[in-house]
Amino acid sequence: MANIFFDHISTTPLDPRVLEAMMPYLTERYGNPSSHIHDQGQQAVRAVDAARVEVAGLVGAKPQEIVFTSGATEANNLAIKGAAESRGKKGRHLVVSEVEHFSVLNALLPLRNRGFEVTTVKADGDGKVDPDDVRRAIRPDTVLVSVMHANAEIGTVEPVEEIGRIANEREVLFHTDATASAGHIPLNAGTAGADLVTLSAHNFYGPKGTGALVVREGVRLESQIDGGFQEMGYRAGTENVPGIVGMGRAARIASEEMGEWARHLGALGKRLREGVASSVEHLHFTGHPTDRLPGHVSFWVEYAEGESLLLFLSVHGVMAASGSACSSNLKGRDEEDLVASHVLRAIGVPSDICTGSITFSLGKGSTGQEVDHVLSVLPGIVRRLWEMSPTYLDYQKKIQQGG
Amino acid sequence: MNPRNVGEIEGASGVGEVGNPACGDMMRLYLKVEGGKIVEAKFRTFGCGAAIASSSMLTEMIKGKTVEEAQTITNQHVADALDGLPAVKMHCSVMAEEAVKAALDDYREKNPA
Repeated sequence: MANIFFDHISTTPLDPRVLEAMMPYLTERYGNPSSHIHDQGQQAVRAVDAARVEVAGLVGAKPQEIVFTSGATEANNLAIKGAAESRGKKGRHLVVSEVEHFSVLNALLPLRNRGFEVTTVKADGDGKVDPDDVRRAIRPDTVLVSVMHANAEIGTVEPVEEIGRIANEREVLFHTDATASAGHIPLNAGTAGADLVTLSAHNFYGPKGTGALVVREGVRLESQIDGGFQEMGYRAGTENVPGIVGMGRAARIASEEMGEWARHLGALGKRLREGVASSVEHLHFTGHPTDRLPGHVSFWVEYAEGESLLLFLSVHGVMAASGSACSSNLKGRDEEDLVASHVLRAIGVPSDICTGSITFSLGKGSTGQEVDHVLSVLPGIVRRLWEMSPTYLDYQKKIQQGG
Repeated sequence: MNPRNVGEIEGASGVGEVGNPACGDMMRLYLKVEGGKIVEAKFRTFGCGAAIASSSMLTEMIKGKTVEEAQTITNQHVADALDGLPAVKMHCSVMAEEAVKAALDDYREKNPA
């Protein structure tokens, strides 16, 4: 059976070169960078410092501006809460977009409970945030603007450079969550005017459990984990040395090969997009048609529910993702956790259909044959679900009656 | 993934429709009753895998049962027959129970004793 992973937006496979770089630090080089009077500790310090240089290089930052974390969720928490707490005396207002990841949106809840106010800027039907809306949302007491670089679910790339310029002019900190985009499309923290940038290693062929927050020089944050003085005091806890080494190697590979990947993924993505458009009726693409992540194809189909599409695709060996109500939180505590995706609602996918969006996200190892296999099975799966659906039946009867 | 009894019954003895696409799932159940016994059951469902599986299992369970027997089927019976459902998917089995009750109500309305 086919074994096609078109869910690279959820995670990517570890590049073998990254594993090779990590191996010594999982075996014979086990030192703790905080205990560095001896050789093992020294090796660890050097390894972490070398990775800092590579990760900084990926986003045009300085090595001393990289704070390693356990991943993007921790980096987003540190950015949002750390900036708000540090600047709480200047003001208690934050601006975010409505299509941010949960690790940004939910990090705002404890701040709200402590009296911070949040303005949520809307996205348009393509999932784009209008920089002028951000400009209008900024108040004299605003301390932080947070708008993601690219959206995982619908692939839209946000105009972060314009938003950054506006935030800089108003002397408000600008944070951008680059989890979905870093290593795939260029991002320069300087030209984006970003004071804080979130990065995740496993989203660009690095290991899970490692991320980073870029904290530009001169920016102060309140640490969110109390303990020792690792990571310039921003992140207590012994460094995940193998993970950090892996992130560094992955960042260097991405810096060198990103252009090549984007060309490959651009061509495959176009083939997939045009293929589904011509073979599946009642299909609606989500996200921006051109300003989007390469190799990211997302859509929803009328009368077909997202999770059942995923299930039937998986029976055909195709692994994809959905933002549908049903699949969003299978491990939820109760049915209240089955809420429709806030991103789909934000871009106006009709809630009376409450169907799921399918996200195919290709990776550097994806092939044309894999795209062709997906195109060969998808129309049949959609037809089968339609035949099962009472809503499609009603639609057909309406058509037959000339209604 | 091979759901059984997908489709509709022309001139069904009873039809039950429950759920709402706005809530993510909807099921329409068709019954053919002869001599007080369910001889045929078919469904159309819009919903997730658990909703389709619950619909399919329900139709298998009620075929051959009397109207009175079918009336006593609960969502727990459907969930158990599927070897259990995760907590967030229990509403799919509830939909199956509601569908059979609605279809039987419709049958009794059309065939008053």
